[in-house]
Amino acid sequence: MGRYLLRRLLQLVPVFIGTTFLIYWLVWSVPGDPFAGKCGDRGCPPNYRAMMTEKYHLDDSIWVQYASYMKNLFQGDFGITFGGREISDIIATSYPNTLKLAVVALAIEAIIGLGAGVLTGLRRNGFLDNLVLVSSLFLIALPVFVIGFVLQWFLGVKWGIITPTVSNEMRFSELLVPGFVLGSASSAYIARVARTSIAENRRADYVRTAIAKGLPMRRVVGVHLLRNSLIPVVTLLGTDLGALMGGAIITEGIFGINGIGRQVLRAIVTKESATVVGIVVVLVVVYLVMNLLVDLLYAALDPRIRYE
Amino acid sequence: MSEQSAPGTDGSGRPSGRLLEVDDLRVEFRTRDGVAKVINGVTYHVDAGETLAVLGESGSGKSVTAQTIMGILDTPPGFVTGGQVRFHGKDMLKMSAEQRRRIRGEGIAMIFQDSLSALNPVFTVGFQIAEQFRVRRGMSRADAKKRAIEMLDQVKIPNAKGRYSNYPHQFSGGMRQRAMIAMSLALDPEVLIADEPTTALDVTVQAQIMDLLGELQRERRMGMILITHDLGVVADVADRIAVMYAGRIVEEADVYDLYAKPAHPYTLGLLDSIPRMDEKGQELRTIKGLPPNLMNIPPGCAFNPRCPMAQPVCREKVPPLLQLGRGRASACHFAEELVNRD
Amino acid sequence: MSDPSTASIVSTPPATMPTEAGSGAPVNAGLPENAQKQQKPRGLLGDAWRDLRRKPLFWISASFILLFIVMAAFPQLFTSDDPVNGALSRSRVDPSADAWFGYDVQGRDVYARTIYGARASIVVALLSVIGTLLIGGAMGIIAGYRGGWVDALLSRIADIFFGLPFVLGSIVILTTFNGSGTDNNEWQIMGLVIMSLTVLSWPVVMRLMRSSVLATKEADYIVAARALGAGTGRIILKHLLPNCLAPLLVYGTIMVGSFIGAEATLSFLGIGLKSPVVSWGIMISEAQNYIRVSPFLLFFPAAFLVAAVLSFVMLGEAVREALDPKLR
Repeated sequence: MGRYLLRRLLQLVPVFIGTTFLIYWLVWSVPGDPFAGKCGDRGCPPNYRAMMTEKYHLDDSIWVQYASYMKNLFQGDFGITFGGREISDIIATSYPNTLKLAVVALAIEAIIGLGAGVLTGLRRNGFLDNLVLVSSLFLIALPVFVIGFVLQWFLGVKWGIITPTVSNEMRFSELLVPGFVLGSASSAYIARVARTSIAENRRADYVRTAIAKGLPMRRVVGVHLLRNSLIPVVTLLGTDLGALMGGAIITEGIFGINGIGRQVLRAIVTKESATVVGIVVVLVVVYLVMNLLVDLLYAALDPRIRYE
Repeated sequence: MSEQSAPGTDGSGRPSGRLLEVDDLRVEFRTRDGVAKVINGVTYHVDAGETLAVLGESGSGKSVTAQTIMGILDTPPGFVTGGQVRFHGKDMLKMSAEQRRRIRGEGIAMIFQDSLSALNPVFTVGFQIAEQFRVRRGMSRADAKKRAIEMLDQVKIPNAKGRYSNYPHQFSGGMRQRAMIAMSLALDPEVLIADEPTTALDVTVQAQIMDLLGELQRERRMGMILITHDLGVVADVADRIAVMYAGRIVEEADVYDLYAKPAHPYTLGLLDSIPRMDEKGQELRTIKGLPPNLMNIPPGCAFNPRCPMAQPVCREKVPPLLQLGRGRASACHFAEELVNRD
Repeated sequence: MSDPSTASIVSTPPATMPTEAGSGAPVNAGLPENAQKQQKPRGLLGDAWRDLRRKPLFWISASFILLFIVMAAFPQLFTSDDPVNGALSRSRVDPSADAWFGYDVQGRDVYARTIYGARASIVVALLSVIGTLLIGGAMGIIAGYRGGWVDALLSRIADIFFGLPFVLGSIVILTTFNGSGTDNNEWQIMGLVIMSLTVLSWPVVMRLMRSSVLATKEADYIVAARALGAGTGRIILKHLLPNCLAPLLVYGTIMVGSFIGAEATLSFLGIGLKSPVVSWGIMISEAQNYIRVSPFLLFFPAAFLVAAVLSFVMLGEAVREALDPKLR
């Protein structure tokens, strides 16, 4: 187990380096003047330029730039924006908002997805089954921004059930609709995976054995069947959490949530390259760590894959 | 009233208080492509302390009969269309689901061919055995664990205490089958149905498992139904043998009688096809043809297309299961000739 | 935005089914002489096609897709109006008998734009899917078949691209390469979007293909083929590929649908297709600010978009059910 963990951690390193370098290169190697438009109409003063150039090694090769950037990063220095704001501050204020939204979205998609999936998996080909199948297709097929817009328009503007945008305090009730929008496609996937898994496992030999043992159906389904069928669902939820924590650029944009997605979008558009890289590094680390946790979770749930 | 005179009943057809009886059972499978008549009037019984072997090829209906007895038949597509399954004289097919459930494990238990897929992969073996004690007998966790370890001991698994916490995939095939046997005997059932228990195992392990089953049966005075297609396995263990073909019993006899003088061409063919040492260098004998399509069973005797002794009457009339005395029966128009030949 | 493509579309094999069931008996009756109706060995694809033909879902989605493809190839069949130029005097005129879908902000005929929009949306999606399947498929086969360090290397590379969330990655790529100059060339704009979609999606296909190959590589019939002397190329082409194609086919179909949506998302964000290209995504993007006053500007392209995406996704579903032997 320990060796497995070590091996996975070692695999993370080249991936981390690869992804962060890729982003760094993409963002910083844009031809043109990196200072364009940063300091208003009159352009940036020369000593400012000199300072920034030195700080970010803009005169050196991309490798040196990247290396020194990473060195600073590991010491906790994310650098500053061209406007002078601490990038780490930007991250610290906006990421918690994203996390809140992510957790709400995960909860909603788990409840809806599991509920629909378990019910239809146990009882196939009913009205409920077809309803779930069709609506899940819709949720998967509609792009997030369409769902977001439509819900915002109907629930927020037309019927006034919710506030169209989320306030600064980010109350839980305000996050329900954005959370649903964010998790809509995933809840459809979860419902389908749960449904398929349960339907397949129902015909499994071990279920037959459990019935042959004379166990009450309640236990056969609730303990034996679910424990096995929900393994892929739980790992899917875990993977999704990793993706959710990667920021929901569109949902945050539509509902006005000051999360990390919004920050990175703004930074890209205004060519705040250091901010972009800083945020992406954080997101990549989170994503990689979450993936590792999901793998461990899978091993914890399924004893067959533990002894690799 | 069954079309065959079922062995074990008196002339008027009343049950004579056997432990487990299948009486003129009929089961069909209704699928998109048609209806397959899987079981067409099967009657057999088993008493305490005796072993009935049910022999047949794939598709003969032997496993489906067992599943119907246990009540684990896949419905749909399987449907019971006639007959009775009596346990201590009471027809289980007419019982409520709850009554049937209570019989499982306590009255009648079953073990399966593939122990790896039959056991739940995410729970320890010990958990799955102890579960019976906890859920059905209301024991505490600690007591159930103790009893489970005892059961593992009884099936001769070394280091039972340590193995309690192992998962099914951590056992070898033979050990796993023993564990499954332990699980099935936890509640002291009166009848054990063993559906091809050794088919997936090595020959030496096969012998060990069969020995174990025999021993446990004797100790507990259980009735055992052994389902198999392997003539070798049957000889040592069975008291009586019922041979099935195309969903019917075609011959039933005491084990010695069957091997010495089979009374049905199919049984004859099966015995004939066993390779023998003194026939080295000769071509292996087989029964020509294939088992019938159960959606379209040939008229008359289902075996007639493959039977070397088929006569016109075989294609017209379904042979009834004739009683031949001494507990023998055979469903062949020429059964008596076969029995009386030299 | 969570990336749904991480979910496994290919289901895992179930526990073994009980071996004895009457309906599993061989088709050949025990009758040696007469009508042994020789059923032609149909194979999985043949069976699948037979199954597919029966499903209404298949026909509905297939006809919609055909409609859209015709729309994309020959927009003139559906409208004679000009989708690109308009008269400001007609700005935001509501739908009427003359102009079924009304006019947009710049006075252009919305109906015409919606019809012409099909082309960009579908072409971009189709080309991206082809590219993704080719690249991902090739990488997946190589990684799965060769194993060892080749596999490790390719998997790490795939991981690197996996780590980029889709929206984020595409924004970065598109802003980086878009900024350089202002080309109005239609194909250059579309090409850029196609490239970014492909670059970000090939890892999923690669993983899919790789696990298919890994699963089939050790199959007995592969070993038999090798024992009979078949070379690597032949094994891959004749034995591996047909068996690994099924999930790819399913995923590819569904991916067309999701790429249509993805293009719309990118255009919505302003970094995807731009004028003079016409696409549903662009139309929706332009309509955002006018939802309250002229909702029809959003409604029509969105409806077409949803219909197109749904058709592809449903077709993919129908194909998957047909190809899944376990559901027989």
